[in-house]
Amino acid sequence: MTKPIIEVKNLKKVYGGREILKNIALTVNEGDTVVIIGPSGTGKSTFLRCLNLLTYPDSGEIWLDGKLINVPGVNQDEVRQHYGMVFQDFLLFNHLTALGNVMIGLTKVKGLNQETAKEKAMKELRHVGMQDHIDQYPGQLSGGQKQRVAIARALAMDPRVILFDEPTSALDPELIGEVLGVMKKLALEGMTMVCVTHEMGFAREVADRIVFMEGGVVVEEGNPNEMFYHPKVQRTKEFLWKITELYASSEKK
Amino acid sequence: MIEFVNFFIKYFPDLYQGALITIRITAVGLGLGFVLGLPAALLRVYGGKYFRWLAVAYVELFRGTPVLVQLFVIYFGLPDLGVTFSRLTAAYIALGLNSGAYQAEYFRGAIQAIGSGQMMAARSLGMNRLRAIRYIILPQALRLVIPSWTNEPISLMKASSVAFLIAVPDLMTKGKLVAARTYDPIASYICVAIIYIVMVFIMTGFVQFVEKKVRVPGFEMEELRV
Repeated sequence: MTKPIIEVKNLKKVYGGREILKNIALTVNEGDTVVIIGPSGTGKSTFLRCLNLLTYPDSGEIWLDGKLINVPGVNQDEVRQHYGMVFQDFLLFNHLTALGNVMIGLTKVKGLNQETAKEKAMKELRHVGMQDHIDQYPGQLSGGQKQRVAIARALAMDPRVILFDEPTSALDPELIGEVLGVMKKLALEGMTMVCVTHEMGFAREVADRIVFMEGGVVVEEGNPNEMFYHPKVQRTKEFLWKITELYASSEKK
Repeated sequence: MIEFVNFFIKYFPDLYQGALITIRITAVGLGLGFVLGLPAALLRVYGGKYFRWLAVAYVELFRGTPVLVQLFVIYFGLPDLGVTFSRLTAAYIALGLNSGAYQAEYFRGAIQAIGSGQMMAARSLGMNRLRAIRYIILPQALRLVIPSWTNEPISLMKASSVAFLIAVPDLMTKGKLVAARTYDPIASYICVAIIYIVMVFIMTGFVQFVEKKVRVPGFEMEELRV
């Protein structure tokens, strides 16, 4: 039976008098890949950061594995250990090698010893196909390689869910494939993922559910088939049509 | 020329004694400045409102007043309040406090240059703030700061000559004594200048050596060649 890992109710976030998130509700079930799409500036990233409390919501509820996490007294650092996060601009630690980047959370947060941490880190780096680059520093890696290391870093912490914040938006077109490939693999292996992305091909192929967000609200959500071919809301249709057109034309070139 | 060389050789042992004191003041001042400056920078960037104010007040006070005034207040002023220091200790404290204010600004610049993304990535792994600073921010900031920070030991070593004015027997004081004894101020002070510049070169070389040692590929500031 599917069981919800994340449940969000009435989530609100105000920045400088502007309501970025208005009453967002979302449920993410175990093993789901949820893709969040929408125009830029509609609070998708803010929403993702609210989920692991990097941004603290103003009101509403976020439940993680049946525990309300946005209440006083909750250890936020402990909560974040259950989330992995992958950022648009990679944010690898520049003073550490690929291996060091994956190990540091294991040694300094989970308290594993060097050997165990290294073993675990190597396993995750193999998982993303980066085993041949473990001694390289971020400055020596391509964007796609950096992002795969970042995914390994998130995986190493054995998170309940991984949040992807436009993981391919900063990549050259020919490097996008290697990152999407890894994400696809994870989805098939049953990792629970919430992805903000404009990659419609990925959304159509991999997503269990697509959530269309605009203006701080969820306009419509459904499975890819419903969203792409039978959207109920006119705006969803427009947006998907526009963005699919755009990406399809760039793919042909 | 040969006369000057002989002069230099003759008085070098004296000046050398002074140079050792200069090195001591510089080293202690630099160390004290580091111990004060790094926390001040961290408080200014990450601290709450009051800690931030405190850090700003410290930096502005000691950067905004002459180091000589600071030295005199500590050596001649504090005894009125019942706090008396030896000459050397007063020099250590004045130069340390002064250097700390400058070092704080170097460190702040480097910490801010690291960017908030690194902190966010560290926090996303479940690190608390202190650990993120310790394991992610500082290792990068301390590497990044080296080129600009190199100014600090150099300017501090030269500034330490103010200790002459409270009669600490440093290089400057010894130079003055040699000048008085030989009636040859030009030769004396040129000797002093030579010793200062050699010490600065050695220090700069050492810092560059450290910089190379801790270099991380692809991390150094990109050189722009236009």
